[in-house]
Amino acid sequence: MTIFTCILLGFLVVCAIAASLSKKLLNTILIFMSYSLVMSIIWVLLKSPDLAITEAAVGAGVTTVLFLVTLKKIDAIIKKESAQEETDEQEGA
Amino acid sequence: MHWEYLLNNYEEAVAMILFGIGFSNLLLQKNLIKKIIGLNIMDTAVYLFLALKGYISGRKAPVVVDGVTRAEAYINPIPSGLVLTGIVVSVSVTALMLSLTIRLYRRYHTLDLDEITTRLKREGK
Amino acid sequence: MSRKVPEERYRKTFSYQFKAWLEGTKDPFLGRVEMRRQEAPPESKEEKERRERDEEALKARVYDLEHNFEMRIFNRLYRVFSILFCIFLVVMLLAAVSDLPAFGRGENPVNNEVAQRYIEEGLEETGAVNIVTGMILDYRAFDTLGESHVLFIATCTVLILLRRDGEEEQREGRDNDRLYEPKDDVILQTAARVLVPPILLFGIYIILAGHLGPGGGFSGGAVIGAGLILYLNAFGFAKTERFFTARTYRRTSFCALACYSLAKSYSFYTGANHIESVIPLGTPGAILSSGLILVLNICVGVVVAGTMYTFYVMFRKGGY
Repeated sequence: MTIFTCILLGFLVVCAIAASLSKKLLNTILIFMSYSLVMSIIWVLLKSPDLAITEAAVGAGVTTVLFLVTLKKIDAIIKKESAQEETDEQEGA
Repeated sequence: MHWEYLLNNYEEAVAMILFGIGFSNLLLQKNLIKKIIGLNIMDTAVYLFLALKGYISGRKAPVVVDGVTRAEAYINPIPSGLVLTGIVVSVSVTALMLSLTIRLYRRYHTLDLDEITTRLKREGK
Repeated sequence: MSRKVPEERYRKTFSYQFKAWLEGTKDPFLGRVEMRRQEAPPESKEEKERRERDEEALKARVYDLEHNFEMRIFNRLYRVFSILFCIFLVVMLLAAVSDLPAFGRGENPVNNEVAQRYIEEGLEETGAVNIVTGMILDYRAFDTLGESHVLFIATCTVLILLRRDGEEEQREGRDNDRLYEPKDDVILQTAARVLVPPILLFGIYIILAGHLGPGGGFSGGAVIGAGLILYLNAFGFAKTERFFTARTYRRTSFCALACYSLAKSYSFYTGANHIESVIPLGTPGAILSSGLILVLNICVGVVVAGTMYTFYVMFRKGGY
């Protein structure tokens, strides 16, 4: 169990650093979703099943969906205006 | 300040390192969405630290089985209850910040915080 | 302005002066200081235009981020000092962590008599098999009430920020909604038809079995909210509004919060006056047990599900 916990915690740190250093926004959000999912597994290892269910449903579910809808709103506004395409590429996704 | 005890409490040390990563994201990134992700990472690091306070090795999850209600059979349930409230509040705060970002984008058409503050100052507000 | 009192007399009354002071329309110095009211110095039209042009040029020069020397130095200094501050913060926190008692022992000071009381007498006092649910919905139910209100306030704020009113914006919202997605995607709709009933059923099960096992109001509400979001994504707004409209959300939220408050007031009343509450605790392990915990779980679950769904709808379309 100790080795498994160490591997999961190392994965968490790597995910956090990768989410901050990535250039495209869609990749950042997907890495954040996997970060949330690994957190949920750590809650199970710490013997708190309530937290695991809540974090899985809320963190890897609703929060990520809200981020993706925000991205869509931002891109949609650019496409409707059709004014700044280079900003479109810069925002990623 | 005994640094050799850190090897024993390595999980709490990792929680603090995650807090530092999230905080540096909040300060140094220019994109607004990445700042919000940094804030979320800080949130989850604090919840990890709190829930680690309640763990006792060798005992079971706090659900009563077989009518055993001795206090030495279960882990500490109190930090788990505190974190449960915190997770749901964290998603509310994230939704609020994302809606503010959408309104800012509609007005200024950029996600860069430096440019938004520059335009605000130039308009004279 | 009053109709019965002439204006000069009204300006001398206390209520008018208080209102003017409150709104800031009253000059705080006029009549109290030996001073004439300052007026703008007289200047001709060319002078005014020149002054405005100078100010514009100055602002453009100062706030030109790329070429302004001081701003570049400031940006670099800011980054260096942020990194130093973050490293300093992490080192301080690690020093604090190294002073903590060893992880995972039973004799830590955090496991005190409060936890002992909750575990040992939790089953007979609350009747809930899940100790954590019994704690947050019976011993510490006031915190959960505050947290439900936090969710409600967050929803109200998102409604204020993102709601689209007015004809043209509503039309924009409706057009933008399905503009860049394929209409009636076969894969998504088939998968939704198969998945949404089990998801909703599972969410209801988690809420109802909150006091018998892991779960409770928050988790179940989040799962039900996620199921509703999937249904909305697959079938569009027209079909979802057949059963979930703005009126539904308002009524269910209000009823759930009011029901929670009433149940909590009952507990406060009986606890403060040392009366035994009439609600039976039942046998632990049955569904209809543990007093008011089942009712409170359902209320919290309804509020959380509505909140998650409302967030998504507000982000997507700006209205119901």
